[in-house]
Amino acid sequence: MAAKRREMVPMGLLWGAGIATIVILIVILAYILAKGLPLISWHFLTTNPGVRGQTGAGIYSTIVATVAVTGVALLVAAPLSVGGAIYLNEYTRENLLRKVIRQAAEVLAGIPSIIIGLFGFLFFVIYLLPYTGGWSVLSAGLTLAFMVLPISLRISEEALKAVPGELREGSLGLGATKWQSITTVVLPTALPGIITGLILGMGRAIGETAAILLTAGGALGVIQSLRDPACPMTLYIYNILTEYNDTSAAYGTAAVLIIAILAITFITDWLMNRYTKKLQGL
Amino acid sequence: MAVTFNRAVRTLQRSGTRDVGERFIQLILLVCAISSIFAIFLIIVFVFSQGVPFLAEAGSSFLTKSVWLPADSFAAGTWGVFPIILGSLIVTLGAVAIGAPLGIACAVFLAEIAPPAVRRVLVPSVSALAGVPSVVYGFFALLVIVPWIRGQFGGFGTSVLACWIILSVMILPTIISVSTDAVRAVPREYKEGSLAMGATRWQTIRSVLIPAASSGIMASVILGMGRAIGETMAVLLVAGNSVTIPSSIFAPVSTLTATIALEMGYATGAHQQALFAMGVVLFVFIMILTGLANLASRRRVTF
Repeated sequence: MAAKRREMVPMGLLWGAGIATIVILIVILAYILAKGLPLISWHFLTTNPGVRGQTGAGIYSTIVATVAVTGVALLVAAPLSVGGAIYLNEYTRENLLRKVIRQAAEVLAGIPSIIIGLFGFLFFVIYLLPYTGGWSVLSAGLTLAFMVLPISLRISEEALKAVPGELREGSLGLGATKWQSITTVVLPTALPGIITGLILGMGRAIGETAAILLTAGGALGVIQSLRDPACPMTLYIYNILTEYNDTSAAYGTAAVLIIAILAITFITDWLMNRYTKKLQGL
Repeated sequence: MAVTFNRAVRTLQRSGTRDVGERFIQLILLVCAISSIFAIFLIIVFVFSQGVPFLAEAGSSFLTKSVWLPADSFAAGTWGVFPIILGSLIVTLGAVAIGAPLGIACAVFLAEIAPPAVRRVLVPSVSALAGVPSVVYGFFALLVIVPWIRGQFGGFGTSVLACWIILSVMILPTIISVSTDAVRAVPREYKEGSLAMGATRWQTIRSVLIPAASSGIMASVILGMGRAIGETMAVLLVAGNSVTIPSSIFAPVSTLTATIALEMGYATGAHQQALFAMGVVLFVFIMILTGLANLASRRRVTF
């Protein structure tokens, strides 16, 4: 009994750490949502930002910019990551190449976004200026693709690895070629996992700021083409905080971002649970 | 199951021999797979092409001198980034000192103690914490933590302490998720053996689980360190960004990441190259940390 009482302190601290983590999240989200949600209205979402953050304006062009930049990033990163994961899981055994590629993806995921931003600035904004238009949606999106790639590659690979070998063997045994069994049996089975990876990569792209700061240009008008400079929501928050006196629009923008991130968390959580259950049923 | 089976049969009936096609597809997939390697190669080539010549020209004084006067033209002595590197290290180590104990405790709680109901809340909370954009963390810190520090301790509020607090929260998800995996990976037999010998739950956690998971926990802390040293937006907003060696934890500080982000907007010529050189320094730090994390997670603990 004495031993049990002596344990109450360390066990209490472990409980405290777990609860504290939840509380920290709730405090941050509640603070921003409490101040930001009242600002969100149809008008706020569909009106362009005013000059120097004047009140009463909206964030329409920054939402468009975020969607466009994220879209470009996914368009490039999705085929590369899913294709790469298929190659790693279906066409190679555990060998040196596979180890090197997995290590490379891990290193890529660990490179700070500001360094990727420096690279994006040099390569896409300066070097490829005639094609990307300099600071632009295209430059920012292509830069972000470098960050989305390792995330969705790793999760797609996990998803493919979880597909039972019997399914492949069954398909191959029926005479299907390797590619046929991949497209008709393996990919449909792994789809929820692959989509989870892409959505998480999308979340990374939506929330990224540092790389955007160096590549997007920050213009507040509605983009007419992918070669126009733009100001995604995250960059808009930063610009409001550092340049404007009235920070209320930043609360509204941050609240929109947080709602998007929460939606992503719930959807991926739900998809992964479904995927695990589905595989158990096979 | 039946659906996928039927689909396979149907595809089979349509197919002839497509050996060339299969080869071609395999080639394309290989290109996709090596794109990560190619990406790293590109990043290194471009960032280093600007940074390394500058480092070579400025020499060791770039790393050891304390005067940073980027507005001047290239003149020896005005490109000292020592306070900035020191700032990055101070900010990182403090954040890890706060975040690591909390994160490891939370991981042990999550892996061993948490009832399923609590776990169902905690797991998505950790992923949500990982998903919150860094500019939003910086926003929160700037409007809540910075005024609090200003009110309690005086000064501007933008300070080392503000960076420590917000960064310690931002590295939690990394430390928690990697540490949780490490604790979960400890073989059941160790735990059961310890409990069977009459050890209490806490004794088992302290003397068996944590030592057995120590290499993974160490890796999680190093990865958290990498996250902290590479973090830009939150630090940029709350550090104060003055290029001096901070005299106290309430004094402003500048870091490699924040300086690059702040000055890239208007830097030209040698100044711009100096910022790329700082990027190279940061990159080397990250590579060292990644290597250490790999070493740590490979180390085997035997009993």
